[in-house]
Parts: sequence; C-alpha cells; structure tokens
Amino acid sequence: MSGALRTGLIWGAIGVFLSLVGMVEAFAARQIIVGVISLGHLLLLLIALGSGSRAARQGKVWGSAALLRGLVAGVTTGLVASAFIAVGSAANLRAMFVSATPELFAFLSFGRGVAGIPLVVAATATAGAIGAAAALLPAVIARPLAVGVTSALAVGLFQELLQIILQEGVIRTAIRRLIFTEDGLPPRGALIVFAVAAGTSALLRGRRGGVRAWTAHRPPRQRRAISLVAVALAIVVALLLPVAGGLFVSQVLVLVGLYILMGLGLNLEVGFAGLLDLGFVAFFAIGAYTVGLLTSTGEHAIAHLSFWATVPIALVVSLIAGILFGMPILRIRGDYLAIATLGFGEIIRLLFLSDALRPWFGGSQGVLGIPKPTLGGFEFAGPQQLYYLTLIASAFIAFVAFRLRDSRLGRAWMALREDEDVAEAMGINLVNVKLLAYGIGGAFAGMGGAIFAVMLGSIFPHSFSLLISINVLALIIVGGIGSLPGVIVGSLFLVGLPELLREFTDFRFLVYGAVLILMMQLRPEGLWPAAAQQRELHEERVDIPLVPPVEAAPGEAPAGVEGGGS
Amino acid sequence: MQRSWLRRVPIIDIFLWAVRIVVIAVILYGSFGTLRQGKYSGEVWIDFVVFGLSQGSVYALIALGYTMVYGILRMINFAHGEIFMSGAYTAYFAAAALTAGGFLNRHPVISMLVVLGVAMLTSTLIAVLVERIAYRPLRRTPRLVPLIAAIGASFFLQYTFRGLFGSGFQAYPTVNVLRGEWVLAGIGILRTQAVVIVAAVLMMLALYLFVQRTKTGTAMRAVSEDMEVAAMMGIDVDRIIVITFGVGAAAAGAAGVLYALVFPQVHFFMGFLPGIKAFTAAVLGGIGNIPGAMVGGLFLGLFESVGPTLFLEGLTIPGVYPAGIPAPYQLKDVIAFTMLVMVLIFRPSGILGERLATKKA
Repeated sequence: MSGALRTGLIWGAIGVFLSLVGMVEAFAARQIIVGVISLGHLLLLLIALGSGSRAARQGKVWGSAALLRGLVAGVTTGLVASAFIAVGSAANLRAMFVSATPELFAFLSFGRGVAGIPLVVAATATAGAIGAAAALLPAVIARPLAVGVTSALAVGLFQELLQIILQEGVIRTAIRRLIFTEDGLPPRGALIVFAVAAGTSALLRGRRGGVRAWTAHRPPRQRRAISLVAVALAIVVALLLPVAGGLFVSQVLVLVGLYILMGLGLNLEVGFAGLLDLGFVAFFAIGAYTVGLLTSTGEHAIAHLSFWATVPIALVVSLIAGILFGMPILRIRGDYLAIATLGFGEIIRLLFLSDALRPWFGGSQGVLGIPKPTLGGFEFAGPQQLYYLTLIASAFIAFVAFRLRDSRLGRAWMALREDEDVAEAMGINLVNVKLLAYGIGGAFAGMGGAIFAVMLGSIFPHSFSLLISINVLALIIVGGIGSLPGVIVGSLFLVGLPELLREFTDFRFLVYGAVLILMMQLRPEGLWPAAAQQRELHEERVDIPLVPPVEAAPGEAPAGVEGGGS
Repeated sequence: MQRSWLRRVPIIDIFLWAVRIVVIAVILYGSFGTLRQGKYSGEVWIDFVVFGLSQGSVYALIALGYTMVYGILRMINFAHGEIFMSGAYTAYFAAAALTAGGFLNRHPVISMLVVLGVAMLTSTLIAVLVERIAYRPLRRTPRLVPLIAAIGASFFLQYTFRGLFGSGFQAYPTVNVLRGEWVLAGIGILRTQAVVIVAAVLMMLALYLFVQRTKTGTAMRAVSEDMEVAAMMGIDVDRIIVITFGVGAAAAGAAGVLYALVFPQVHFFMGFLPGIKAFTAAVLGGIGNIPGAMVGGLFLGLFESVGPTLFLEGLTIPGVYPAGIPAPYQLKDVIAFTMLVMVLIFRPSGILGERLATKKA
C-alpha cells in the first residue's frame, strides 16, 4: 500500500509541477469536447488516471486489491492537489511563480476555491479507480476502448484543422455536419467518433498483421505491384495535402520538411557514423546565407542569380564547410566531440552576428530581400507552393540517404560507429570516411537552409541558435537513431505537432527535455528504430543469450550509439 | 620518394599545424598592434585582469562540478550550467525578500550567507534529483545515452525555470557595502570583484581539503580511480556518486550567487554560457583534476577578459580593418569557444591533466 501512496504522491507532484509551469492554465483555453472537457482538465484527468493505473500495475495484485491500490493512489494525488489549492488560495504565490494565478486555482478547484477540495479528491479518487480498472481489463476490451477514446480526443484536439479540411465537398461537408457544430466537437460527435473507432478496432482484432501476412503470401510480382500501389497512394496523398489542408497546414508541412532535411543530415552523422554533432545548425545557416547572398536584391548581395542556380552552389558550399569543419576535429572522440561541435556551431552564429563581419553578412540585421523562386512563370510564392519544393527536395535527399546507407560508404560509417579502432584495422580510411560524413550531412542541411532562406525572404543570425541543433537531435532520437523513416516520424511528432497545437509552443523545449530523458530510459532505440539499434539495445530479446541473463539484463549493453573509443 | 614522405606526414597534421601557426600568429600580431597603439594605460589592463580573475574564479567553481562528475562517471553533466542557474535564480528570491525588509543592508554578512546557503541548497537538491531521475538508470548504457539525457535535463531545467518564474530578467539587489572600490597597494579594485575572488578561492580550498582529507573525500577519489574495486572495498558507490553530484552542485550554486554579484541579474538562460565556459575550464585544467579546474577557470577568465582587447583591437588588416576589428567585445564568446575547440583538438588532456580522456574513456 505504501507503494500506492508513493505513486500517488509522485503523480500529484507532477500535477503541481505542470500547474506551476503554466501548462494547465495554457491548456485550459482549448476545448476538446464542448462543454465537457478542456485540454487542461484532460491533462489533470490523465494524471489521476495514470496514477491509479500505475499503482495497480505496480502491486502485482489483481481484482479488488488492485482497484483499492488505484483508489489510494488517486486519493493521494487528489490530496496533493488539494494541499496545493489550499496553499495557493491562502498565500500569494504569484510573487514568485508567475503561473500561480487566481485563475489557475479556480480552474483546479472547479471554480470553488478551497470549498472545491472534496470534489477534487472525489474526482481524482474516481479517476484513480478507473485507471486501475483500465489496467486490469483484458486486452480484448481494453484495446478497442483505448483506440476509441484516443480517436475521439484526437478529433477534439485537432478539430480546427479537421474543420478546415472538411470545409468543401459533399461527403466532407456531410461528415463535418455529423460530427461538429459551430462551437466545436459536441458530446454527440465525440460519441460517434468513439463508436466508429472502437468498433473498427474490435472488428479488426485478431486480424492484426493480416494485410501484411496476405501480401507476404502473394507471388513476388504481385507483391511488387502492391508495394508500387502503396507508394503511389502515398505520393498522391502527399501531393494533395496542401490543397486539402490549406495555408496553415502547408506552412507547418514546409517546416516539417525543413526539419526532415536537417534530420536526414544529422542522422547521417550521428546515426550512421556515430559522430554526435551539436553544432549542426551551422550548415543550415551556411546554406541559407549562401542562397541569401547570391540571390538577394538587398544591399549585401554578391550576385543576383536565380534560386535554381544557387541551390547547387549552396550544396557545394555547405559540403566544403562540412569537410573544413570536420578536419580539425577528426581526432576527437565521443562526448568531447559533441562539445567541440557545439563550440563550432556557436562560433559560426556569433560570427554572422558580429559587427566585424557586418559588411559581408549584415550583422544582426541579416540579409533581406531574397526573392521567391520562379519556374517558367510559376512563382513559389507561399507555403502551398513551397511545400512542393520541400517535398521534392526531401524526397531526393531521403533517396540519397537511403542509397548511401547500403553503400560501401554507409557500411564504413556503421563500422566507424561500432568501433573506430577496429574499423581502422579493417582498412577503412577514417579520415575520408569521417570527412564525407560531415560533408554530406552538412550538404543535406545546406539544402534545408536554401529553402529556409526563400521561405522567409530574409535571414537573421538569430534563426540559427543552438536550439535548432537540439531540436534536430531530439527528433532523430525520438524517431530512432540511424533510422530513415524515424526522421520523418520524429519531425512530424516534434515539429508538426507543436506547430499545430499553439498551446504547446511555449512548452516545447520543456517537453523535448523530458522526452529526451524518458526516451533514453524507456525506448532508447526510438519510435521507428533501425534494425541494428533494436538488436543492440534490447539484447535480452535475442533468442540465444550469449551471456548469462543476470549480467545481460540492465548490464553491459554493447556500444550502440557510442561515438567510438572504448 | 615523395609518396612515402607524404604518407609519413599526413595531410591532417599539416592542416592542424597550419591552424596552430595561424592562431598564434594572429594572437601575436594582434597583441603587438594593440600594445603599440598604447591606447590603454596600465590601470585599464589591471582592471581587465581583476575582472578576468573574478570571472575566472566563478568559472573555476562551476568547473569543479564538471570535473568531479567526469572523474567518477566519465560523463559530461551537460545540465551543470543549469544547476548553477537554479542556484542563482532561487537565491534571487531570498535576496529580494531580505532587501524588502531592509535586512540585507543592515546585516550584509549574515544576509549574504543566507543567500549563499539558499543557492547551495537548491542547487544540491536539484542536482541530486536530476541524478536520481535522469542519470542513475542509465549508468551502464553506451556513453552517448547519458549525454543525451543530460542535454534533455539541461533544457528541461531551463524551461522549467522559464515556466515557473517567467522569461524576463530579474535584477539582483545590490549590497551597499559592496559598492565602490577598495584601494590595495595603490590599485583600485571593485569591491564586488574582490569579494568574489576571495570567496571563490576560500570555497575551492575548502572543497580541496574535503576531497583530500576527509573519509568521504578519500572514498570519492577511490571511486574515481576504480569504481568496481572501490565497491569491493566496501564503499557505497551510489552514495558517493550522489555526494559528488551534491558537492559539485553546491559549488555551482555558490558560483551562481557570486556571478550575480558581478552581473546583477538572473535569467533562465544564464547558465548556458558559463556552463560551457566552465566545461572549457575543466578540460583546460585536465578533466578529473580538481586543482586543474581552478587553474583552468582562472586562466580562461583572464583570457576572455583581456583577449578581445589585446588580440583584436590592434588587429589591423590593411584594406579590410584599417583600425582593427570593430567592436571586439562582441567576439568575447568567439574567443572562449575558439579556446574550447582548440583545447579539445590540441590538448584534450589539459594543462595539468594526465591522459585520462584517452586512458579510461
């Protein structure tokens, strides 16, 4: 039982923390289901549910004992919240904590102040018990329920976006009328979504992997045809996205595309070659400045070339920059390398920013007046047009990265990642291989920078802060180090989602930080792992253990993403 | 014949030598130019030096945490700069509360001790929490895994403070006693800077004695020598690691208060640059080496304070910079980062260091 108490305390503390950093109040404004629940209350509800569910799972007990544990954890969480409400109502915390506003406490206590405390405890207790019950349900029931609830909430969360997409067309309008009202997602709509999603999930149960199994048993020619159709479908969807989604979605997608380009480049350095680079944004900046200076109509222009002529130049310049950048740091290994590259990245940004180089790069005022690219009278004026440019660029770069992975060079990189000394002994020319990793990785980011320059029409050194490097690093880690689809998954999750949900923007790096810590502990191989990482980081899943299980469990995992040097 | 010569002197070595020569030439040429101009009097240079020493002693205090943790875990505690920030930030609230009642200026010594205590306490608490939650579960994973978790912890802490206390600058209250200068042997020294240097040196001495003379300190050295053997000798390794994080964080928290005396404002991002610079100091002095961190910190502080003026002010390039580099102070951080990169490239073992980085890492 003390375990349940502890769980309740921890989750309660998480709730207080999220309230104090301002997340709860910021999320309170967004209605998920009109008149029923807002995102802020959903967050609190999830905390109470999580508390109960965690407590129930921890106890290794079943039935009513587990329910009781959930209840205890829920009550404890509620008591922590109540203590917070009591303190916040009695004393003015706002002098210190900017988010501890009266509105926050009103929100937490359902608008009743201290009098709302019994209600809060009752609510968290119920939620805790429900969480515990959910943890006990057999998968047959739990899965469709979870799918249904998640779908309903997702529809509520992205309702603005969905409403835009469902604006036109007979069928689309009909769906919109069915689910949404003027105000948003009503309970009726949420129920419909829930029923449809849960029903589909229940029907498909037991046939999971059915499609895959079916294709696997087709003759090779049919299989190829099927995969071709799948690819064609994906392309059609990708082409239609900006048309269906409108301006805002296209803008977000362009950004996602830029991060995919950078992610592919950094993935090549970190994921393939194991060279952790925290100054990666420098190449992005170099690509952007190259295009900016060569096409600009402003005062710092060197030439007035067209965008298409400058893209290859930007690629070459950032390739050379990558090689030059790599040369001095060839002998540095592991975590020292990370810090050295961080230093390089900052040096580049500070130089672009400095007055000393102002005559060439414009200092803090940046480079202005970069024209949009045109192609035979068609101008890539807005995000909807630039989306296609980004799509083509990322598809091309992804193809290059994909081919590189399985090439001789790619294998040399992986050997380098696993063990530098052994790779050298195998006859791999470390100098060339490392420099190519920096160069090609840099060129990928330079491509992103080129599009970034024309997207904004002006570039400032402030756009190239360390945070971008961290952002890219976070996304390839979340997606899966060394995995190419992982880069896309990571960009969609870490760049696309926060852009779509405005409330998240303020808490972006808070969440990234937490995600990096949690990912390293729970799923270091990422959401869409590369095969090698999967094997290495979960070696207990290998059928024949090579070492006794006692040592194998948390113990000596082999150098998976290590930057060499043992 | 030529081929074999080329093979014996690889192109990278030539490149690295060229980098060294260029950097040294730029430093010499710039310094010579500046000194020849004679724009600054001896007093100004002394001011630069004192400022550099005070800044450097703060770096040294932060560097201790990096160096001790690296000595034991072979891990760069990337979040250490944020530990420093958290100390300075919470101490701000203590200082503000004391100022509000007028207590701060009536009893400056007691107040400063209270403020220092608050800072050291919060920093220690946060560092121990971070170690427990983020680092301990990763102790036996490949080396980049804890580093990435540390980067995550760093951003998490930064944006936690931003969320909790807002994104603006908070002005640190000034202590009246510390206004003005003390004249020492005919040289005027700003009181704050003198206090910072003295306090930092005292704390470093205390820490050095702690590590060298106490039983816990001996255990810390034993763990950093060989964790497994230390465990076999009956040392509770987990406890020693927590103590190491705690002691390093306490030093960083104290450094936070001292830093705020010199630059009287706090901000959620304030830990980043001093953190990186303190890491540079730690590497410079030989990571894992406590006296090295102190020397490295002081050296870096001096270099950074004197450097921009000395090297860049007189760096005339005919046709481009006829009157030296404009606004050289803007390039202060460039000098620090260049120093960081150069140290990592040319002397990763540091000034006083054994070749720890290659030996055990």
